Amino acid sequence: MTQEKREIVIPSQFLGDTQQSKAGRGTFVEQGKIYSEILGILNKKSDFINVVPIKGRYDPIEGDFVIGVVEEAMASSWLVDINAPYPALLHVSEVPWDVEFGETDRYLNHGDSVMAKVATVDIERKVNITLKDRNLYKINGGLIITVEPSKVPRIIGKKGSMITLLKKYTRCRIFVGQNGRIWIDGDDDNVAKVLHTIKKIESESLSFGLTNRIENLLKNETQDVQ
Amino acid sequence: MTITPSIKREYLSKLASQGKRADNRKFGDYRPIKIEIGYIPKAEGSARVKIGNTQVVAGVKMDLGDPYPDTPDSGVMTTAAEMIPMASPDFESGPPREDAIELARVVDRGIRESEIIEVEKLCIVPGEKIWMIFIDIHIIDYDGNLFDAASLASLAALMTANVPIQRIKPMLEKLQERYPEIGNYLKEHPDNYTLPLREPPISCTSAKFGNVIVMDPSLDEEEIAEARLTVATDEKGDIRAMQKGLNGSFTVDEIKKVIKASIDNGKKIREELYKIVGK
Amino acid sequence: MKNDNIKLFRDGKRVDGRATDDLRPIKIEAGVLHRADGSCYLEWGGNKIMVAVYGPREAIPRHTQNHLRAIVNARYNMAAFSVEDRKRPGPDRRSREISKVISEALEKILLLEKFPRASIDVNIEVLNAEAGTRCAGLTAAGVALADAGIPMKDIPVACAAGKIEGQLVLDLGKEEDNYGDADLPVAISPRTGEILLLQMDGHLTFDEFEKALDMAIKGCNKVSELQKAAIIQKYKVELEVE
Repeated sequence: MTQEKREIVIPSQFLGDTQQSKAGRGTFVEQGKIYSEILGILNKKSDFINVVPIKGRYDPIEGDFVIGVVEEAMASSWLVDINAPYPALLHVSEVPWDVEFGETDRYLNHGDSVMAKVATVDIERKVNITLKDRNLYKINGGLIITVEPSKVPRIIGKKGSMITLLKKYTRCRIFVGQNGRIWIDGDDDNVAKVLHTIKKIESESLSFGLTNRIENLLKNETQDVQ
Repeated sequence: MTITPSIKREYLSKLASQGKRADNRKFGDYRPIKIEIGYIPKAEGSARVKIGNTQVVAGVKMDLGDPYPDTPDSGVMTTAAEMIPMASPDFESGPPREDAIELARVVDRGIRESEIIEVEKLCIVPGEKIWMIFIDIHIIDYDGNLFDAASLASLAALMTANVPIQRIKPMLEKLQERYPEIGNYLKEHPDNYTLPLREPPISCTSAKFGNVIVMDPSLDEEEIAEARLTVATDEKGDIRAMQKGLNGSFTVDEIKKVIKASIDNGKKIREELYKIVGK
Repeated sequence: MKNDNIKLFRDGKRVDGRATDDLRPIKIEAGVLHRADGSCYLEWGGNKIMVAVYGPREAIPRHTQNHLRAIVNARYNMAAFSVEDRKRPGPDRRSREISKVISEALEKILLLEKFPRASIDVNIEVLNAEAGTRCAGLTAAGVALADAGIPMKDIPVACAAGKIEGQLVLDLGKEEDNYGDADLPVAISPRTGEILLLQMDGHLTFDEFEKALDMAIKGCNKVSELQKAAIIQKYKVELEVE
């Protein structure tokens, strides 16, 4: 398997000329030159030069599925922390229940968690989320962990390969929010196995051939159990 | 990877009912403790202590001062703790809040009431000039159990402190015109000398949630804790200071158990501390 | 503060043995704290500085929010035990001023328009102080901001030049700071050479200023290399897990 080396870049690093390449995500252009604006991994796709962040807060994008924690129940909406720079707003019209004015706290209260979808993000970066989609609901039971949002793609894997593996070998229910929050439910030993594996993926998410190695790890552990 | 608060209580309680903790420790175990001494050259004594991810720096500064009227022949000690915004997203800048004041007072009591510092040896001119000792505690990274980290750092700082004769000499010599006794003091103490101390008591903190009690609570455990107990014990295994915190309660049996466990852990931590400060 | 009894040069070398254009030893470590979004520990001569960055997060109280861009709150603080005579805890006029000029220097290079209504909080703690803490603090802040994954056009860096016994020197040490003739702390954006922070006290001719500024900028560029190496060092480790 030949893959080009993953290169770490830092803010202000020169990455190329606009005559040869196009400036993609995580970059900025000054006088025809493309520079990195963040600490990240260099990623060249067709003509584009992108930098994939290693660290940083979740950047909400419309349509993303996220896990939120309710900060405050207000008269006709909830303020929900989604691990972004700002809390998101969940309006009573965006939940599957008929909520009377002023009775929001009977449905969701401070500290409750929800699986939600990012509905809109406006120019001031005000975020609205919704529970009106399939499989979105208030979370009961299980465990929610938070990882760097930039590691989410690795935890999901190519076309969901990693998460499919995890579910297959642990029989846990797992929901990975794009915002770095992951909900895990299952019997304790299996939850522990998921946690252990995610830790492994987190620490090695910059290296190659990870899916295969994780599968071997899960296989071996499963054999141990048997 | 961190655990999100909302359903943390349920998860940690479930683990606890099976005798487990989220970081695989036993109920009575501490996280790894690391003590570094002489960390702050500008201070008379200093230490950086890490308990797991919790990180605290303590510095001892000394200066000339006036004694309190009721203890004219004794040195004076004060302890201050700063929960600076560096240590946690929830700490705000500004004057110390209740938490920081409680922390400083508990550490202060552990040191003051156990009489570690031989304050009577810190008198320069009876009734006029004494040494003031300032213990300042800086919380750098907060992942639970500040009480033990702060008191251990303060002890290590005290045990490595030197009375700064060299630095204060010009001032003492000036004062000598008014207080000739200073001449004798300087004759006896021509150079910096080790701060006179007795045996230190070691603080151990436990937290209770659900039906279990764990030692050295992590932040996750502290956040769901109903009651907290800090017990400082000395070399003989006697109790030298206690502080119960939070709005939950302990049974008398639980308190006794916690004290026993604090004596055991205190012994281990004391050995570690002595090894590092070279005692 | 001039004192003719103190000699700041011996046999052509400075009191700590440095040549005129030598920096004090510098050690930088990125990502050292557990709770902070980004952090840096820096030793520069006798200075020991810890920086923690939090954010971008919603600015509180709300009236401080700017609807077009994020605000930067740098908070420079000296630990009570960081100096010879114990300092009273909490901000004083000096630390407020330094916090302000550092905040302004950082605002220029951070891409703040990406985070309207947010704040980026930069906590600079001086644990042990020995001349040049503002330059050391700003330099550490640059590393901590990059470590936090905050978008920025450059990693800012600072270094001072000054004059002692009539000679221009780089990076004043403790006695040089106390008994020297001038101190010129400078922060730059090393990619463009733009000046982000500039202060001076003492006495310099225009000609001396030009030379001292040139010296400080050269110092900044040297320190900049150490900053970059520290960031890459921290994340290179992850790559080598393979």
